[in-house]
This record gives sequence, structure tokens and C-alpha cells, in this order.
Amino acid sequence: MTHRTEEELIGYRDGEPKERAAIAAHLKECVECREELVRIEAVFGALDAMPIPDPGEDYGERVWQRVAPRLGEKKARWWEALIVPQRLVALGGVAALVILAFVAGRMTRVPVTPMDQVDAAKVRERVLVVAVGEHLGRTEMVLMELENAPAQKGEKTINFSETQRRAEDLVEENRLYRQTALKEGDRAMASTLDELERVLLDIANSPNELTPAAFESIRKRIEEQGLLFKVRVVKQGLDERKTNPEAKPAENQAKGTERKKV
Amino acid sequence: MAEEVAVSDSMAVERTLAGDRDAYRVLVERHSRSVYRMAYRMMGNAHDAEEVVQESFLRGYQKLKQFAGNSNFGTWVYRIAANYAIDRIRQRNADEAKRETRSKPTEDSLEVDPLSQVRDMSPSPERLAGSAQLAERMKSALAELSPAERTAIVMRHWDGCGIEEIAAVLKSNPNATKNTVFRAVQKLRRSLAPYLEGNEARAMGTEG
Repeated sequence: MTHRTEEELIGYRDGEPKERAAIAAHLKECVECREELVRIEAVFGALDAMPIPDPGEDYGERVWQRVAPRLGEKKARWWEALIVPQRLVALGGVAALVILAFVAGRMTRVPVTPMDQVDAAKVRERVLVVAVGEHLGRTEMVLMELENAPAQKGEKTINFSETQRRAEDLVEENRLYRQTALKEGDRAMASTLDELERVLLDIANSPNELTPAAFESIRKRIEEQGLLFKVRVVKQGLDERKTNPEAKPAENQAKGTERKKV
Repeated sequence: MAEEVAVSDSMAVERTLAGDRDAYRVLVERHSRSVYRMAYRMMGNAHDAEEVVQESFLRGYQKLKQFAGNSNFGTWVYRIAANYAIDRIRQRNADEAKRETRSKPTEDSLEVDPLSQVRDMSPSPERLAGSAQLAERMKSALAELSPAERTAIVMRHWDGCGIEEIAAVLKSNPNATKNTVFRAVQKLRRSLAPYLEGNEARAMGTEG
């Protein structure tokens, strides 16, 4: 009689359907293969007999105690990466100084020569370019944060007071830059800043605790208006003007360019 | 009953996704022990098993959005734990290999000579005496399996996982996975033969 192989018997024991009936019939007839199967079974018996120390009834609770703080850390890291508070404070300080200098420049009326006027205009534009560039960078961060936030479902409200606090700061800056851009005749920038201002105001004036639906609605608006894209286009234009002061403002560039997924 | 558990698990998942971090606690507390059992069998000691459990729930939390909700959370986190455990075993083996020059073959080697293993472990009366020694020997026998074999036998035998499910963890195909299960059983049998087969032949002889 041809005996069954070890592989076939292990497969049979494991429930392998292939040749199942034939192997069963063979096992009825063959004592040696039956004994072989018993020896294989003993391995599984030994596996079952292997003790596992009981971690205790409160094990789940202990795991939670260990895991929970790390979930917190992760969340904090996520926010920190976007906010970078120290950097924001530093940037805010610089921006405040620039604004102050800029406003003071606008308000001071002293007799000047035509040459001085040209230089002053250049300086003013340069200050504007740098300051607005930084302002857009910060706005971009807030928008990105909202746009990239995970989709929310259910009824649990979302606390986004941290984002709101920053949006509030940006609204004031934004208003100043928009008015300046209008006076300077930079319509593309003024128009983008106008759109930004509305969204920033919406964010700043929303309740601290938002329903997922309200949160989604703000996010959708940012996406539908292509705000992030427009901000980036204007910012890019400013960066070019920073390196090449003679370059033209990014007039209507945002409007003329088909919106891409950002 | 099973359905009831599935519903409350999925509710906890939904609440966690909606931003309620504490909802995840329910899932951790409910499934820690079963994940621990698997992790212990995979890792062979309590310290490493606990690390696998914690890391698996942490990863589960981070990947929760990917949880389709079409299987139950217990199965899902079990799979994360199996994946993590197999990586940890591989890493542990690599670290050990770096630390010491081993005289025996590496656990990844498939060319283990079963006969020489049997000879190395010729039974002494003391070793045959009790199940404690057998349990110890089983731990060593499991440790001698390759990470894939170990994962396959733990998932298949103890946890009754399907071949497809194991194949997914091993990133392999069902036929190769069946072979891995077979090799694992075969190797364990060779390792334990000195402890088992003499006794078994006597004990079971009457049934033949």
C-alpha cells in the first residue's frame, strides 16, 4: 500500500479539501498512516498546551493608559507642524513693524523732490511686496490646515478655536493690505485679498465649536473658490517681484489660469 | 450577540473619527487581550508582546480612516498587530544576528536540517518529565521558525484565520501560504519529536 505523505496528512488535518475523501478512505485502511496522523496531531496538542501568561482583567485599561498619551502627542505634533508658534510670533513681530513703517510712510506728508517720490514709491512697493508675501504665507497655512483636515462625520462638534485665533489676526492685516493694493492699483491682488478676507472673517466669526457640516461648508468654500491656488499664484508673483522689482504685478493671473487641483 | 458587538465597535470607530478620542478607549479595552494572546505567541515573551499590543492600537488609531468598516474592528487591529509582530521578529532576528555569530542556522533559513536538530535535542528523562519542559521547548521551537512560518502557524492554528487572510499579512499567495503552514508544522514536529513521539506512540497505540 502506498502511504500518504506528511504534507498530505498535515493538509488533511488542516482541512485541505483536495483529495479529502481519498485520504479519509486510506486512513481507515492504513494503521501506519493513522499513527502518523496521531503524531502530527500531537504537535497541535502541544501548541494548545503552551501556556500564555494572563495579563490580568485590567489589561485593556492599562494598554489605554499607555496608548492615550501617545495619541495626544501625535495630535499635538500635527497641529504644531502647521502652526509653529514661535515662528508665527516672530513673523507677527516683523509684520507689525513693517505695517507700522508702511502706514507711517503713507501718513507722513513732507515736501519731497520728484526723485525722492520715485524712490519712496519703490521702497513702499518693496515693503508691500515683502509684507504681503508673508501675510499670504500665513494665510496659506490656515487654508491648508482647513483644506487638509480629515473629513468629518457624525454629530460631534469640532473645536477649531486655535485656527480661529489666527484667522482673526489675519483679518486685520488682510484689510490693510487690500486697501493698500487698491490704492496702488494692483487689482489682482486686491481681488484675491478681498476673497480671502471674506473667508477669514467667516472662520473668525464662527462659533468655537463647529458641527462637522458647518466645518465642511467652510472647507468646501475654500476649495470651490480655489483660494489656496489663488493665494499661491499671487504669492509667486510677489516672490518674482521681490527678486526682480521691474516685473509686472501678477495682474489677473489667478483669474486667467485654469484652476488646478492643489 | 456577535452583531451587537460589531455595531458598538463600529459606533466607537465612528465617534473616534468624528474627533472623540476617548471613544477609542472602548476599542482598546475590548480587544487588547485577544491581540495580546496572538502577540505573545508571536513574540514569545510578555515584554515584546505588550509592545506589539500598544503599537498596534496606536497604528490602528492613526490609520482608522482606512478602516473600511466592512470587517470588524477586532479582525482589523489583529491584522495590524500580526503585520507589526512579523516586522518586529524580523528586526529582532537581524539585531541578534548582528550581535552574535550563531552556530545554528538563521530563522529565515529554510534549509534547516531536521535530522541534526533531532540529534541536538535527544531527550533526557528530565526533559520528558513534565509539560513545563515541553512548553519551554515549544517556545524555542517557535522561535526557530522563520517569521513567516511563525506568523502562519499562530494565525492558522490558534486564531483560525483563513489562508487568504494569512497570505495578505505575509504578502504572499494562497498556495505559497499553505506551504508555509506546512513547513511550520513540519519544523515544529521535528523540534518536538524527542518530547512527543515516544510518549504519543505509547499513549495512542491502543487506538490504532
